[in-house]
Amino acid sequence: MARIGVFICHCGENIGGTVDCEKVARTVAGYDGVAYSIDYKYMCSDPGQSLIKQAIKEKELTGVVVAACSPRMHEPTFRRACSEAGLNPYLCEMANLREHCSWVHEKSDATTEKAIDLVRMLVEKVKKNHALQTIKVPVTKTALVIGGGIAGIQASLDIANAGHQVVLIDREPSIGGHMSQLSETFPTLDCSQCILTPRMVEVAQHPNITLYTYAELESIEGFIGNFKARIRKKAKSIDEKLCTGCGMCITKCPNKKIPGEFNEGLGTRTAIYVPFPQAVPNKPVIDRLNCTYYTKGKCRVCEKFCPTQAIRFDQEDEIIEIPVGAVVLATGFTVKDTGFFPEYGYGKYRDVITGLQFERLASASGPTFGEIRRPSDGKIPQKIVFVACAGSRDPAKGIPYCSKICCMYTAKHAMLYQHKVHDGESYVFYMDIRAAGKMYEEFVRRAIEEDGVNYIRGRVSRIYEKNGKLIVKGADTLLNAMPVEIEADMVVLATAGVANEGSEELAQKLHVSYDEYGFFSEAHPKLKPVETNTAGIFLTGACQAPKDIPETVSQASAAAAKVAGLFSKDELSREPLIAVVNRSAPPLYSTCVGCFMCATACPYQAIEHEEIRDRKGQLIKTVARVNPGLCQGCGTCVAFCRSKSIDMEGYSHEQMYAEVMALLND
Amino acid sequence: MALGFYPGCSLKGSSREYNESVLALARAFDIQLTEINDWNCCGATAAHNLNKDLSFALPARILALAEKQGLSEVLVPCAACYSRLATTLHELKKEDGLRTRISEVIGLELKASITLINVIQLIEKYVLPALDGRVVKPFNHKVACYYGCLLVRPHGILNFDREEEPQTMDAVMAKIGASPIDWAFKTECCGAGLSVSRTSTVSRLSGKIITDAVDRGAEAIIVACPMCHSNLDMRRKSINEFTGSPSSIPVLYITQALGMALGIERKELGIQRHFVKVEI
Amino acid sequence: MSTLLKEVITENTGIRIDQCYQCGKCSAGCPLSEEMDYPPSYLIRMLQTGNADLEEKVLRSFTIWVCLSCETCYSRCPMSIEIPKIMDFLRERSLVEHKSNRKAKKIIAFHRSFLKSIERTGRLYELGMLADYKLHTADLMQDMDLAPKMLAAGKLNIFPELIHDRANLSAVFSKTIKKKK
Repeated sequence: MARIGVFICHCGENIGGTVDCEKVARTVAGYDGVAYSIDYKYMCSDPGQSLIKQAIKEKELTGVVVAACSPRMHEPTFRRACSEAGLNPYLCEMANLREHCSWVHEKSDATTEKAIDLVRMLVEKVKKNHALQTIKVPVTKTALVIGGGIAGIQASLDIANAGHQVVLIDREPSIGGHMSQLSETFPTLDCSQCILTPRMVEVAQHPNITLYTYAELESIEGFIGNFKARIRKKAKSIDEKLCTGCGMCITKCPNKKIPGEFNEGLGTRTAIYVPFPQAVPNKPVIDRLNCTYYTKGKCRVCEKFCPTQAIRFDQEDEIIEIPVGAVVLATGFTVKDTGFFPEYGYGKYRDVITGLQFERLASASGPTFGEIRRPSDGKIPQKIVFVACAGSRDPAKGIPYCSKICCMYTAKHAMLYQHKVHDGESYVFYMDIRAAGKMYEEFVRRAIEEDGVNYIRGRVSRIYEKNGKLIVKGADTLLNAMPVEIEADMVVLATAGVANEGSEELAQKLHVSYDEYGFFSEAHPKLKPVETNTAGIFLTGACQAPKDIPETVSQASAAAAKVAGLFSKDELSREPLIAVVNRSAPPLYSTCVGCFMCATACPYQAIEHEEIRDRKGQLIKTVARVNPGLCQGCGTCVAFCRSKSIDMEGYSHEQMYAEVMALLND
Repeated sequence: MALGFYPGCSLKGSSREYNESVLALARAFDIQLTEINDWNCCGATAAHNLNKDLSFALPARILALAEKQGLSEVLVPCAACYSRLATTLHELKKEDGLRTRISEVIGLELKASITLINVIQLIEKYVLPALDGRVVKPFNHKVACYYGCLLVRPHGILNFDREEEPQTMDAVMAKIGASPIDWAFKTECCGAGLSVSRTSTVSRLSGKIITDAVDRGAEAIIVACPMCHSNLDMRRKSINEFTGSPSSIPVLYITQALGMALGIERKELGIQRHFVKVEI
Repeated sequence: MSTLLKEVITENTGIRIDQCYQCGKCSAGCPLSEEMDYPPSYLIRMLQTGNADLEEKVLRSFTIWVCLSCETCYSRCPMSIEIPKIMDFLRERSLVEHKSNRKAKKIIAFHRSFLKSIERTGRLYELGMLADYKLHTADLMQDMDLAPKMLAAGKLNIFPELIHDRANLSAVFSKTIKKKK
């Protein structure tokens, strides 16, 4: 015999102002199976919850309907209250009188009638509810960090130091990311590599961190606490255990003219190479796309000279499978190249470069050993123009957002230039100066007041080359938009920061949301900056949006804290609202005929084959079985099943039918 | 094949040689040009500067007459007329209300269903495919292809080539043996309609164009617009006085350059009408 | 019905003046910038303020008449603001309100003579147009050296070309530019 308790909430004026809650409580009290019906101002409050708990005990309730706001708001609240009073939480349901009734209608009799209908539907449903137990799954206390720039490095160290295992992968031959390419960082002008490389070494030596470089995520399946990641270790063509990093192969390689990625195309490298001297791991890889042996079948000089015979030309990619409990995305960003700008020459002027290329020129380990020189003829530019907002804040070019870091690094570049070329003239064409961080504004003022950088407010309309000089046509909007033309020796475009190549594919592999620009989406822009909408996958750094180093490091530590929080439990509880294939007594065993349409439909690969055998071990029939660990309760299989053999706990055919019939039987 | 033809006022008057060279080219490639009956002036710069409705009505009348004649594709060699007709077509297609009102003003029905092509598109579509083996005198010169303002802007309406550093004319010239140079003033304005009312501006702007072309070693400037031609050619004396470095670089219509390469008589192409002697 | 000029512009052209964030790219690339009293981005700023004195200056500016509608500004504007359309609107408005800049007298006279010629014959009659222009500007020496050369090269028609349906054209003019407001 059902003994349902109905609790109507006024939600202050939110429901009470439109629906006659008292009338609803009175009407429902007379329904078959309703043992208790009451209305109250704020059901979710302490006294409200006590009301429910008391009623459960005193009236020996077998089920509870709380008619209030959306279950998305307070279902966990009321289910917990029921649980505390000794009633299985899944015997508690909510009728949404707020979002589905009072908030979308005017106050009237019809609105109250609708509220009564909604409550009646849920009462009939609850009569068909079963008690369910939460599913416990173990947690694998290993984190997979994808991306080995400063974000990935910081997150890895924090998680490892919290006592958990980390697998860090990066698709480049070395970790370090863009930070390793910078010369000096704002606002302190610290040498970038000097502060980064100790961390890189720490990562390589940390007992809890396993580092795979030249590796990418091949695929991943599973769910929070229980992922199975497949990593593709691209063939480096060397045996890492034998290689000592002596560098002999690199000095002997005859193929020296390949444009180097680390130097942003301004310098060259060999086919067997280490991206930069401080690389971690400091072991080379062979670029098979350009190596003479792979393209033409000749050479093999490196093999001849290697003192430990570590070269392996026939090495193949290796796929390894790792169980992980959490994933941290730290894949970073990239910048638009100069070819993106039709009005600045479509990238054909060698002395028009990007900010990242300027970093390489300014870098002591760069192609010009730290001297600012024109890529075209190697001369030192006497007049240099920096163009801020090149591509950013430009809806016509498809990038309406601000790339955040350019105002600061442009000021830095101009200062570095003035420090290296004392009698040089530098100009910055800007729209606004965004220097909101700690010591940032002072940094920019230093560029203007101490280093004599000329700031002109206005955008550049066009750049073209004439007689070896670059003609820059801008305007000074603070002087009534007066046109300003400068004949420069070099132009640096602060190009827009954009999502890294391959970010869309990666997001799809992980089932993580991303925006129209390819940046991964955070779960909530204000309150959940390091989580994604996919449980167990966290984000950090510029792959979420362009940001500077201090913010990246903060976000990396935040993501690590979330991971550590997740790993602090040995078990995770999962909601038992999953699909179940029916079982019955022999000789039927199940109405399931084993067509496995459900398995085809399931997006989570949660349906398995179960063989039903007799005592002699002979196969009677193969039916479907839902893996409670993988099922996400989406219900697609239920819709597909032609024999109605599979059903949803908490939303069964019986329960849904009861609701509909309750509505129709007025 | 039959193509509609809108010569416009310049081709019938001060840019007669452009008309002659277009017709000569059409003859050489069996392109039938059907002039729109009783066509009127498109209004050029004057109309859109003084009155919006007039600036749509004049081109609309031309389009309506072409439709009435059963023409589906119309060649418009003058870049300014092409721009006005294309803009009108675009705006009238976009807004039903505007189309009805302008139809009423011109007293003619307008479906806005015509396809307009400019002279470069004519060459790409009907001349280049049949060019093989017909070039008797390769145009072995370094040329600066000058597109002017209205052939490639605004891209959203014209959908032709690209707004910065366009390449279509260069590609055509390369096909007849020329060496098109990479230069900085391909789409910088020559001074347009201020030729009479403010000649100093034309001298300044056209002067920049000629200076850059000459500095980079061009032997001829190739154009596809009668206004650009008249500014760069007829106004040469004022330009030379303004720049102080007189130049005698000839200005040729692309149709003339093609004609020359095909061995057509210079007189047929109207080259003798130019103010700056064409000595190449 | 708004009286702010920037809102009238929006009503008539659909363009939102407030979208301009004053980057100055239009002024930087405008070939006529140095000849204008107010380069294009500055003109837009004047409209943005909604200040009546500045609106007056905009309508009385030389900028709107020396603008060549070369479309360079529009092709590079990051906010895709159709400045040429705004210029056309301001030109028409400044004439209707009799506020056109005195320095633009010759430019406006040229446009008027051009249209007069078309109204009469349907197609431009260059000699007639020039004569009318000289009458209105007293610029008798303009192109006196050019005309004979053009005649000699066969580039100047002595007689006008008349279209048949001149009545239709006349009607077009009466319904548009000649309409009493």
